[in-house]
Amino acid sequence: MSTHQENTVPQKERKIIVDPGVDMGMAKLTPEKIEKTIKAVLDTEAGARFKTYLETCVHCGLCSDSCHYFLSHDRDPTFSPAAKLKQTIWEIAKNGGKVDADFLRRAVEIAHSECNLCRRCSMYCPFGIDMAYMVMFVRRIVHKLGLTPANMQDTAHSHSATYNQMWVKEDEWIDALHWQEDEAREEFPGLRIPIEKEGADIFYSVIGPEPKFRAQLIYQAAAILHTSGVSWTMPATPGWDNSDMCMFTGDHEMMGRLKRAHFDTAMRLKVKRIVMGECGHAFRSVYDMGNRWLGYKMPPIPVTHAVEFYHELFEQGKIKVKSKFKKPVTFQDPCNISRGLGLHEKAREVVRATCETFIEMVPNREHNYCCAAGGGVINCGPPYKFKRVEGNRVKADQLKTVMEKGARVVIAPCHNCHGGIEDILHSYGIDMEIKFLGDIIYEVMEKPGQE
Amino acid sequence: MYYSLYYLVSGPLVWVAFALFFGGIIYRLVSMARLARKKDIVVYEYMSPYYALRSILHWIVPFGSVNMRKRPVMTIVTFSFHLCLLALPIFLFAHVMLVKESWNVSWLTLPDGAADLMTLIVIGACAFFLIRRLVVPEAKFLTSPSDYLILAIVAAPFITGFWTYHQLIGFKAATILHILSGEIMLAAIPFTRLSHMIFFPFTRGYMGSEFGAIRHAQDW
Repeated sequence: MSTHQENTVPQKERKIIVDPGVDMGMAKLTPEKIEKTIKAVLDTEAGARFKTYLETCVHCGLCSDSCHYFLSHDRDPTFSPAAKLKQTIWEIAKNGGKVDADFLRRAVEIAHSECNLCRRCSMYCPFGIDMAYMVMFVRRIVHKLGLTPANMQDTAHSHSATYNQMWVKEDEWIDALHWQEDEAREEFPGLRIPIEKEGADIFYSVIGPEPKFRAQLIYQAAAILHTSGVSWTMPATPGWDNSDMCMFTGDHEMMGRLKRAHFDTAMRLKVKRIVMGECGHAFRSVYDMGNRWLGYKMPPIPVTHAVEFYHELFEQGKIKVKSKFKKPVTFQDPCNISRGLGLHEKAREVVRATCETFIEMVPNREHNYCCAAGGGVINCGPPYKFKRVEGNRVKADQLKTVMEKGARVVIAPCHNCHGGIEDILHSYGIDMEIKFLGDIIYEVMEKPGQE
Repeated sequence: MYYSLYYLVSGPLVWVAFALFFGGIIYRLVSMARLARKKDIVVYEYMSPYYALRSILHWIVPFGSVNMRKRPVMTIVTFSFHLCLLALPIFLFAHVMLVKESWNVSWLTLPDGAADLMTLIVIGACAFFLIRRLVVPEAKFLTSPSDYLILAIVAAPFITGFWTYHQLIGFKAATILHILSGEIMLAAIPFTRLSHMIFFPFTRGYMGSEFGAIRHAQDW
């Protein structure tokens, strides 16, 4: 049960959320261990960027207006990006690791539930300081100290044990594919989900939750791929999951292993490229963090995000629209796809090709607000949900405004955005639906054998 | 007594200050570059001159970024402040005279009226920054004593310079203080947060490279 927190109570007086993972980890720590661990991380991993970001910040506070937490908490200064750093990494660096248990609990909570690593602040800071990088440093230290919030650590454990985020066993994965293929063949006679097809053009990859909770997305993806006539496959082995919670817990070693498994699977199947489903952080893992940990400047095999892939299919005429989506829509720019990938324009072209009425929310594109679920925050689970929803009133305001202009559906090509925005829609009483871009395409596309 | 102080600040201390300034800058840049090569090789791999410059240009032109447009007063104050701060020491007639007397080189100078106005702009901006730190909550939370100290270090040469030039009461003491505070500021630049002056192109350039070259997005 999460503790209720006032919007404007200063950080020091706010009650810390009770988390069993943090408690258990704290019980094993001594001041000597804490200092030794932190010093080790700083010595081996803090370099020029860390030092420069620490020293170049002139404490101007201009980053404040960028952050949804700051704005949603009525401009509480303790939620501004630089303030979050002041209360965590600045203190850690200054004290050389001599920090106490209370400080660490606050640092864990700030780093894991008050920042989504969305990088909007780096667009507002005159120096372009990478505050997300600094917060990830805190998470790295927290991981090494064994203090990661329990629910999020569980997903990291799942990655370690099964190479996917959701404890999906090897036979369950294949079963899920066969099941969706069976269902889809009723609508698309002749449809196959080709498993382990060597030499296919595309390895279509999904995130862990899909076979477990959103199996219909596999159906839809199969339908779109089948209709477009592309050559594709999916693996039968672990390495099918492109998601990466370890990236967010600071478990870089496991992040590396996950991405290596993913790339190796693609190379074993001798595909030309990986096309990944509508996920934000998975792309960041493949394109930005996981590949770099492994020493690849760019991914060793081309990776295309679903939004870009859909755009291609439309451009090449492989998908045709039967009749456009009638309900007025708006578009949520997921952080990792707009700021992280620059796909906001292509996404809009696909939306305009498939929907009759498109109403922009403001701000949009790179400047759109994060949903507050990403960056691992929603993965910290129920104890943090209230805080997460409370910390994104600005998104609720955005959605209300666009709803008043007539929008009925939010299109969000990201699984985390779905979780985040669903919670916001329910908590703030906003009557809109949320859909994936694939949902829309599946609904409006010309299906083979239909007129 | 007075003249020995004067000869001290206008003689040996000038050399010390400039040595610390130029030497300090080179030292900071080289040591940061070395540290990056050892531990942040990504900076070398991903830094892209085109995208770095693209980002830098958007942030050194007034109102070039969304946040600058959201805060017009702050933008106008900080840009005028920095412009005058950099232009005054270099193009002030009195300073150029000193250089000409020492080494027989000179360059273009500012008219005295303009210089006066620019000095007042710097002092006014420093007052603005001071009040902002005391009053604006998001700035106040981030402020520590060192922030007030560097503000004082920057304001002092301009206050004492104005005082000296206009030969207000006590201007002889002000002269010594002006030269000394200028030297302190020069020496402080590489070794305090004033070093943002030299690191700005690199932090901005790197973020611009990441956003532009890798992520195909705009960071302004």
